[in-house]
Amino acid sequence: MDNHIKNPFHIIERKKDDAMRNSRKIIMMLATVLTFLPIFAQDKKTEMADLMRENGRIYVVVAVVLTILIGLILYVVRLDKKISRLEKEN
Amino acid sequence: MPLLQETIRNLYFHVCMWFAMMILFTVSVVNAIRYLRTFNLKYDIYARHFAVVAIVFGLLGYLTGAIWASYTWADPNKPAINSFSTIARDPKLIGAAIALLVYFAYLILRDSIQDMDKRARISAVYNIFAYAILFPAIWILPRILPSLHPGNEDNPALDVKNDISGSMRIVFYPAVIGWTLLGVWITTLKIRFTLLKEKKMMP
Repeated sequence: MDNHIKNPFHIIERKKDDAMRNSRKIIMMLATVLTFLPIFAQDKKTEMADLMRENGRIYVVVAVVLTILIGLILYVVRLDKKISRLEKEN
Repeated sequence: MPLLQETIRNLYFHVCMWFAMMILFTVSVVNAIRYLRTFNLKYDIYARHFAVVAIVFGLLGYLTGAIWASYTWADPNKPAINSFSTIARDPKLIGAAIALLVYFAYLILRDSIQDMDKRARISAVYNIFAYAILFPAIWILPRILPSLHPGNEDNPALDVKNDISGSMRIVFYPAVIGWTLLGVWITTLKIRFTLLKEKKMMP
């Protein structure tokens, strides 16, 4: 697409410029977000706590069950990998 | 117990983890004794793998306990991390941590010795000592000291008259058996795998 532009460096330069401007924008945005992040985070935290304490804290049970499931499944998958490695060697 | 609300259902998971861990450690120590009686290396492998799976169950029990505690014991008005020093001081937690660490040491000791017979003999003896520490650490010590952890009075799991209702018991005991059998199954897989590997190494 850029073939018919006479000076290819020109476009590269412009691109660089754009990138610089964009990065400045991103930094500004990041700064804004980071400034206000604690407020959002706090909001979210109480929400989380409420969720965990809602409905007679049933989600605590969910978390516990998921922990056990994930833990055991990961362990068995690791064992499975070991066994298949042995099979491959044979 | 009103504080627990629906989380009492964790009884079927968190408590069962520790029951399964105890049973697997018991099987492990029985196999260690069998090894010392017969000097058959097979029993040493049994003892090792039962101990490993018991540790996995113990770790899961510890993790689930941490989740459960952070929503029941922790002060709800502060972030859970601020209640850490209160909770972590609980004798039952420290006892369980000691017991698990003793078994970690068992694994390190066992796997750091190259000579097979020596390894089997030393680790079997250590296993018996570790089992002897496990009992005071998780059953006796927490009962002597005041604790946040429930189930320290009388005989919590097997006593009929305390606060776990009959209908929960109907689910709880099969759950203990089920989790234990799951642990035994994983262990037998590991044992079969190790026996195959040993057979390959020494035809």
